[in-house]
Amino acid sequence: MTDTATTEDSTVHEGAVVLDVHDLVVEFKSGRQRVQAVSGVTFQVRQGETLGLVGESGCGKSTTGRTLVQVQPATSGSIVYQGINLNGLKGKQLRQLRTKIQMIFQDPISSLNPRRQIKDIVAEPLVIWKRGTKEERAAKVREMLEAVGIDPDVAGDRLPSEFSGGQCQRISIARALMADPDLLICDEPVSALDVSVQAQILNLLADLKQQFRLTMVFIAHDLAVVKNVSDRVAVMYLGKLVEIAESDELYRAAAHPYTEALLASIPEPDPDHVSGHKALTGELPSPLNPPSGCRFRTRCPYAQERCSAEEPLLREVAPGHQVACHFPVGEASGMVAPPAQTAAVADN
Amino acid sequence: MARTKGGASNTLQFRDAGTHEGPLLVVEDLHTSFRTQRGTVRAVDGVSFEVQEGKTLGIVGESGSGKTVLSRSIMGLLPPRDVIRSGTVHFAGHELTAMDDTSLREVWGAELSMIFQDPMTALNPVKRIGDQICESLALHLGMDRKEARSTAVELLRSVGIPSPEQRVRWYPFQLSGGMRQRVMIAIALACAPRLVMADEPTTGLDVTVQAQILDLLADLQRERHMAVILVTHDLGVVASRADDIIVMYAGRIVERAPTRTLFHDTKMPYTRALMDSIPRLADPSGARLNAIGGRPPDLINPPTGCRFSPRCPYAQDKCRELEPPLRTVGSPDHLFACWFPLVDGMSTAPAVPVTVSSGPAAARSAVENGQAPAPAEPTGEAEA
Repeated sequence: MTDTATTEDSTVHEGAVVLDVHDLVVEFKSGRQRVQAVSGVTFQVRQGETLGLVGESGCGKSTTGRTLVQVQPATSGSIVYQGINLNGLKGKQLRQLRTKIQMIFQDPISSLNPRRQIKDIVAEPLVIWKRGTKEERAAKVREMLEAVGIDPDVAGDRLPSEFSGGQCQRISIARALMADPDLLICDEPVSALDVSVQAQILNLLADLKQQFRLTMVFIAHDLAVVKNVSDRVAVMYLGKLVEIAESDELYRAAAHPYTEALLASIPEPDPDHVSGHKALTGELPSPLNPPSGCRFRTRCPYAQERCSAEEPLLREVAPGHQVACHFPVGEASGMVAPPAQTAAVADN
Repeated sequence: MARTKGGASNTLQFRDAGTHEGPLLVVEDLHTSFRTQRGTVRAVDGVSFEVQEGKTLGIVGESGSGKTVLSRSIMGLLPPRDVIRSGTVHFAGHELTAMDDTSLREVWGAELSMIFQDPMTALNPVKRIGDQICESLALHLGMDRKEARSTAVELLRSVGIPSPEQRVRWYPFQLSGGMRQRVMIAIALACAPRLVMADEPTTGLDVTVQAQILDLLADLQRERHMAVILVTHDLGVVASRADDIIVMYAGRIVERAPTRTLFHDTKMPYTRALMDSIPRLADPSGARLNAIGGRPPDLINPPTGCRFSPRCPYAQDKCRELEPPLRTVGSPDHLFACWFPLVDGMSTAPAVPVTVSSGPAAARSAVENGQAPAPAEPTGEAEA
């Protein structure tokens, strides 16, 4: 498996950019105020790659995911998919593109219509697009259900309520694959599941990605999960991208104090594991009134005066590794994390 | 905490029980079944364990392993109808299983309290959080309004809620998920109970908030010398926090050991499989996870023999025919129910050349081949 992982890595670099998100801003109205859920996010996704988007609730990761399929319109910025700007696209053009970009959601049970049979739920994308004959559609439903590990003979006539959460997630994945998408947006697909079922679904997504040559954006709050499935990981905090790097690099050399804190908060299944990190204190500040300068400074153990005065911009600290911090962790020129903290990262 | 001010006499019976010797909680051969249209669901099927004063016990299992029913059955929080419970639960020398609801109400909250998984549904949405905390202070400790209010503010402060003087007047919907769980903890701890049951207290919360809540619980536990039962599906959550761990499968205990022993000398293949299904940060990205194939069995018709045998990569004929007893080998505090326990991560079952742990592809495929997920079956045939 590790062999295939490395070959995948090399194709990633050669892969063309299929999704180019530039300065994405999403605003919501909150009473008379406007609140920015996403404040100028820029990233690219290459062909065949899985990009992880990670952050706490309220950081804008799901909103970003939703704008990628345009269920949530962007306020400004551009989302260029295969050369077409999705932002502002309407009607037929948008609908056609959506078949290429599919999404799976966090709550697998509520994302399936409880009153319809599984085979109809899964067939629906093709019915809407009037693709194929009835027989061809039924054959495709079988193929997809089998691909996700659901027996079509047993499951086809049943209702979603007869399935467990993990099975419902498999069914939603089958539905998402019906229209032969190229890009799959997974919004917290495993956070409602037990660890044992989570592992099954993560393995399934890895298999399907290869089998159907998918490009994926994988959104979750658990960095261990995101790291497992992603080639690159983008860390979001309060609507901003704070760090982006290849997954192993991000884990080995996390440069943003927030990434460091996210890594530290993951419970390790090892009684001897001593995390040198302090758990992150406080809560995400209100996006209605974000802190000046660096948005993380109110919770950052290394915050300096400069952090409140000047907003740090994303800059490259290593090839392919960008961070938005004035004093990245472990960088010789700036604040260096106390030894205990860097050591804990290395032991993991 | 404010206990000395208590004026209510109805809790005195239990306060006196503080002198009682031996384990704080003793559960003996507890069975809990539900009568349903499909048949009897044996959710807890012969569970025995003890919890010592001030210690933390982790109860781990997948959905459907019976861990939540077990915690509710111990508390006596079961639906009034169609439930069959047998066995005994002793708390501080008193038999909870023999008490009626009126007597239990004196214990709940005062001596034995519970933190639920979903704070949004466990809190009353139309009552201010302060009033919800004051409720049990007035009931169990006999505090007057003013006293209860100031205690509530202190409690909110102790669970890390900023500006508690204002927040005490807030409603649950005004708080984030993590803050609501802190309020739940404040309510659970209000009367300084000796045992707190936390049923998946951090499931559904962000990992960052999870770490905060678990640290908070551990700090308060140390301060107040409480015993805690932490129920979770994630071994990672209890690895660094529990003194002892019980692993449940299909309504039964399949392994029980002090935490370190459980991790370093895992006997039961199921426990090993649960550990291996957790994505580890140290693994390279893209590393395949050791998923356990299939799902926990239907508790109306559990498999014969070892209940894990249909999913176990090492299962032998003996496993499918005879149910393994909970037994020890060597260390008396390490119990497991397996005919062919692992030794140094290797199975002792005949003709099984691979290890379950840390992933050679062979072991993985052996595990995953058993997968064939069957849909949940209303008639109860699916897993049989």
